[in-house]
Amino acid sequence: MNRTPCILLLAAALLPLAASAHKGWLAPSKTVLDVDQWITVDAGVSTEPFVRDHNAMRLDNLVIVAPDGSTVAPENASTGKLRSTFDLQLKQPGTYRISVLNDGLMASWEEDGKPKRWRGTAATFATEVPAKAKGLKVSESQGRLDTFATAGKPNDGALKPTGRGLELVPLSGIADLFVGEDARFRFLLDGKPAAGLEVEVIRDGTRYRNAIGEQHLKTDGDGVLSLRWSEPGLHWISASVQDAKASVPQAKERRASYTATVEVLSP
Amino acid sequence: MKRHHLLPLLAALGALPAQAAQLDVSVQVPQLDVAEYHRPYVAVWVEREDRSVAAQLSVWYQVKRSGPGGGPPAVGADGKPQSGTKWLPDLRQWWRRGGRDIAMPADGLSSATKPVGTHEQSFGDKSPLAALPPGRYKLVVEAAREDGGRELVDLAFDWPAKSATTLDASGKTELGAIRVAVKP
Repeated sequence: MNRTPCILLLAAALLPLAASAHKGWLAPSKTVLDVDQWITVDAGVSTEPFVRDHNAMRLDNLVIVAPDGSTVAPENASTGKLRSTFDLQLKQPGTYRISVLNDGLMASWEEDGKPKRWRGTAATFATEVPAKAKGLKVSESQGRLDTFATAGKPNDGALKPTGRGLELVPLSGIADLFVGEDARFRFLLDGKPAAGLEVEVIRDGTRYRNAIGEQHLKTDGDGVLSLRWSEPGLHWISASVQDAKASVPQAKERRASYTATVEVLSP
Repeated sequence: MKRHHLLPLLAALGALPAQAAQLDVSVQVPQLDVAEYHRPYVAVWVEREDRSVAAQLSVWYQVKRSGPGGGPPAVGADGKPQSGTKWLPDLRQWWRRGGRDIAMPADGLSSATKPVGTHEQSFGDKSPLAALPPGRYKLVVEAAREDGGRELVDLAFDWPAKSATTLDASGKTELGAIRVAVKP
C-alpha cells in the first residue's frame, strides 16, 4: 500500500529525464515567403522530430521577434493532444525568429523525511525554496527552440544573439538553404563561440524511411558548423551542453540546449 | 541611294545604333495535357559565373487574380484586388537571386502570364544588358505552375558576341524550347 506513492514520486522525479529523451520541435509550414503571407507552425515533443505522436509543446514561452526587432503575437494559438499550433502573418519584410524559450531552475531536497521537488525561476527561487533545505540539489536549464521565416528580402534584425545559453547565428542566409550547397552556422554559448560542440541533424520524414539517418557533426574552433545539404525538407538541428555556469549560486549544474528547424529547398 | 553608301561607312566606324549588341530570347510555354491548367510563372535573368545576378530581364506572373470560377477580381481582406504575388517565391531560384528584392509590379520587367506558345523578347541597348561588362554569362529561365511543377533551364553565352550566335536548350516538363540569339 505504502509503495504506490513512493513509486509515483520516483516516477515524478524521473520525469524530466524521461522528457529529455524526447525531442522538441517547431514545424513551420513554409519559411521562404512574400510580405503579408501567412504561415502556420506546429510545436510538439516526440521521439523523432516532426512526428506528431507524443505530446504537444506548451506555448507559454513562445516569443516571436519580427524583422525590426519588435515582439509580435501569434494568432489562433491552440494546444491539442499531439501538437500545439499557431498562425503568423509576415507583415514586415525580413526574417522572423520564432522561439520557445524554456528557462528554469529545478530543486530537490528532503523535508520531514520526504523528498520535495520544485520547479521555478531564479526570481522565485529565494522565496519558495528553503535556504537551509536538507540535501538541496539545484540545477538550471536554459532551452531555446528556434525556427525562422522570411518575407521577401532577408535581414538579421531578429537574429541578434541574446548572450544567454546556447544560440545559433546563421552565417549563410537562413532563407537560402539549398540542396547541393554548403551552409554555415555559428553556435554561441553565452554569446561566445561554442567550439567543438556536438550537433545532431535529422531530416523530416523519418516515418517514411527505415533509418532515422541522423548526422553527428561538430563545430570548429570558431563554433562554426559547416554542412552540405543532400536532401530537401525541414531539418532539425540540435545541441546541448552541461556545465557549472549556473545563474544562481545554489545551482551546481547548468544545462543549455538549443534546437533549430530550418527548411532546405531543391535547387 | 546615297544613304545606302553611307551605311557601310558608319558601320565600319561602329557608330551605328543598329550595331548595339542584342540578346533575343525565345521561350516556349508547352502544351500540357492536364485537367486543371494554370499558366506558368516564368522568370528570365542573366547570371555571372559566380551565380550572382547580372541583369533581371523579365517575369510573368498573375498580375490580377480572378475570383472563383473566373469571376471578377478576387478581393483581399484589406479590400484591395489581389494579385498572384503569393506564388512568386515558388520561382525558388529567381526569388533568392533578386526576385524578392523587387517590388511588383515592376516597370519594364513584369507582365502577365503568357498562353501556350513561343514568346519572343529582345533586349538591346535600352535593357539592363547595355551596362554589362564583357564576359561569360548564363541566361536562366525558371518556370513554376500552380498545381503543376517547376523547372529551370540555363544557357551559357558570351557577351558581347563576336559574331551572331544562336544557342538552343529545351525543358522537359514546364518549359519547351528555349532559344537565345546573341547579336554583336
